[in-house]
Amino acid sequence: MQRRTFIKGIAATSLMGITATDIEAKPPRKREHNSTTLSGKEFFLDIDYTTVNITGKKAVATTINGQIPGPTLVWQEGDTITLHVTNHLKKSSSIHWHGIILPAPMDGVPGISYKGIAPGETFTYRFKVQQHGTYWYHSHSGYQEQTGMYGAIVIKPKKKEPFRYDKDYVVLLSDWSDEKPTSIYRKLKLSSDYYNFNQRTVGDFFSEVKKKGFGQAFDDRKMWNKMRMSDRDLSDVTGYTYTYLMNGNAPATQFKALFKKGEKIRLRFINGAAMSFFDVRIPGLKMTVVAADGNHIKPVSVDEFRIGVAETYDVIVQPTSARAYAIFAQSIERSGYALGSLTPSASLSAKAPKMDKPQALTMADMGMDMKKMGKQKMGGMKMGNKMKYRWSAMEAQKYPVTKLPMATGVQSTMKAMAPKYRLEDPGVGLRKNGRRVLTYADLKNRYSTRRDRKPDREIILHLTGNMERYMWSINGIKYADAQPLRFHYGERLRITFINDTMMNHPMHLHGMWSDLETGDDNHLVRKHTVIVQPGAKISYRVTVDAKGGWAYHCHLLYHMAGMFRKVVVA
Amino acid sequence: MLKKLLLGSLVGIACIQTLQAAGADDPIRTMLIMDKFEILDNDENSREWEGSFYVGYDIDKLYIYSQGAATSDGLEWSQNDLVYSRAIAPFWDIQAGVAYDKNDDASRTWGELAVAGLAPYFFETRAALLFNGEGNVGLRLEAEYEMLFTQKLILTPSFEADFYSKDDPEMRTGSGLSALEAGLRLRYEIVREFAPYIGLTWERTYGNTYDYNPVNETSLLAGIRFWF
Repeated sequence: MQRRTFIKGIAATSLMGITATDIEAKPPRKREHNSTTLSGKEFFLDIDYTTVNITGKKAVATTINGQIPGPTLVWQEGDTITLHVTNHLKKSSSIHWHGIILPAPMDGVPGISYKGIAPGETFTYRFKVQQHGTYWYHSHSGYQEQTGMYGAIVIKPKKKEPFRYDKDYVVLLSDWSDEKPTSIYRKLKLSSDYYNFNQRTVGDFFSEVKKKGFGQAFDDRKMWNKMRMSDRDLSDVTGYTYTYLMNGNAPATQFKALFKKGEKIRLRFINGAAMSFFDVRIPGLKMTVVAADGNHIKPVSVDEFRIGVAETYDVIVQPTSARAYAIFAQSIERSGYALGSLTPSASLSAKAPKMDKPQALTMADMGMDMKKMGKQKMGGMKMGNKMKYRWSAMEAQKYPVTKLPMATGVQSTMKAMAPKYRLEDPGVGLRKNGRRVLTYADLKNRYSTRRDRKPDREIILHLTGNMERYMWSINGIKYADAQPLRFHYGERLRITFINDTMMNHPMHLHGMWSDLETGDDNHLVRKHTVIVQPGAKISYRVTVDAKGGWAYHCHLLYHMAGMFRKVVVA
Repeated sequence: MLKKLLLGSLVGIACIQTLQAAGADDPIRTMLIMDKFEILDNDENSREWEGSFYVGYDIDKLYIYSQGAATSDGLEWSQNDLVYSRAIAPFWDIQAGVAYDKNDDASRTWGELAVAGLAPYFFETRAALLFNGEGNVGLRLEAEYEMLFTQKLILTPSFEADFYSKDDPEMRTGSGLSALEAGLRLRYEIVREFAPYIGLTWERTYGNTYDYNPVNETSLLAGIRFWF
């Protein structure tokens, strides 16, 4: 494991020991932390305020062991590990072990797994590690994740892995803002396009008129205008306020992964961002994707992959020449990027390639049936509170569907009329870009899932939202107003998501695996976080084998409070 | 009628206070926006404003709207509204409350019912129906559109129309179509929250309103738009 280069500001301040709480709250004395990688069976983690300087301005971060990211935790599959987490903040805090299979009380979600960790208190987590691969951990309290509370988990396997590599690096992507998260959220509520500086202009319209004539250009805009939606709405929060980080390094300071020519390098990509999807490539190198969300997949060689918030991908690369390669992760809306170097020498760094042009959303992203549409009027297109939900007629059901409460009205501005499985669609921004881009259709479990049970029943969850008012919900009901979802212990459940919004939502089920249907039932890929593309649907199966209360939510931090369900397994 | 409306709006205000503490998804918030804060290049060098303030949640809000004009002689006129606003559809709020108009020598209090929201094709609109103790009924319509030339250079055409059922010489408003106003403002958003602008406004009074207060002028203007 390569040691992460410190962010200068953090290193300096933690050495001096000047943090907000030292001055104000006088917390219990902390242990010294100087390691960016911790391994073993017992871990001590301290949550505290740390003054950082990421953008050239000082800001107060919430950190784990004084670092951004927190230390990489290296566990051994089969070990029972103990983690003592002490909260030195003035507010309640928590740490959630993302994608880790463990007993419900150890999951670290305040209000569901436990009360959270009160200021000054230590909570001790203890559980047996039953998996291996690349995962991460983060705060599940308020917006602490946005302000620095996240880190990587690497679990060494019991058995030898079915691929070889010489070196191993964590590449943790994230987004940092000097603005307070509460301020970002407030701005989104007051003006949801506040951070979008790629909106349609009059000039865009006229260049379309030039291309297609006024009538066609006007018609193309019609649906969007009627629905009061923007096809340029790709990301709620952008590089206007974000600095994109790779292992805590801004593009200017660059994270560096060293290699010797001919070596095989394993890169463990983790998207620990609050709101940012990244499209990752290493120009000049093919990447062989060997694991998704910690689980081995049939290796697939690609030029580029999209990593949704909270997903992880392990790739193996083999640099052929002794030069610096850029590890380039541009944000989905192309307002910025995280950058690092895969380099033969620490003094050699790579240049960032040019960012791609942002693409606009299409009718397919609105859940329209492109084939049926043609020139015909969208008479059947109903919006807003007039929406009538008529799924059963539209979906061929293979498994008995348990109906769930569903509301219409202010919560939801759009309804995907003809949502499709779009597993082969790399998603907006990556379409027809000339590169071999990973899609969910490429993800096949390395091992057979032929013997997995068939689902006993199915539930359908609609991802709903009102971008104009910046409200997010599931089935038109926000978390505060929702009843828990009830899963039956021992059942095999099929969950289908239909995305009635124009955004990608990375949906994360705690405590149990999501066995994603990607086209081959004999090789269902195991994930913990699944991107549901705009206007699309996607299905996965869950073996309900973990009793207790679990969180189930969109992992975009500012969507999460509304687009959230508690799951009760009994 | 007025009493009922007043009572209604008070109940509305009480509702806001007793709203259960909203979840983390919906913190209470305030917004003050001054859409127009400008000087006109006319004979009086009128200073005009139009803005709003709200406090509330996703669904329930308390709004104050205010617009008016002043000259070096003092206040010329102002229209102010205090309404409880409730989201009833994805893009629409209904509002109920009171309005208070004032000019240099008279004032009127109205009960008010309004609809506000974003119409298809992104027209920001508001329609307010007013009732006062003298049996006068007013209708005020407003629409606004934003055209982006660049991400920061934005042209806003706006339109306003006022109608009344009765003459009210003290307020210098006549029955029927009373006044039309159209504007064109080009702003540059230095940051989202702060944008200086220049523009053009055309204003005309009609019918008896014209007799009480003949206005038919086009003025250049400059101002700042800001919010926080």
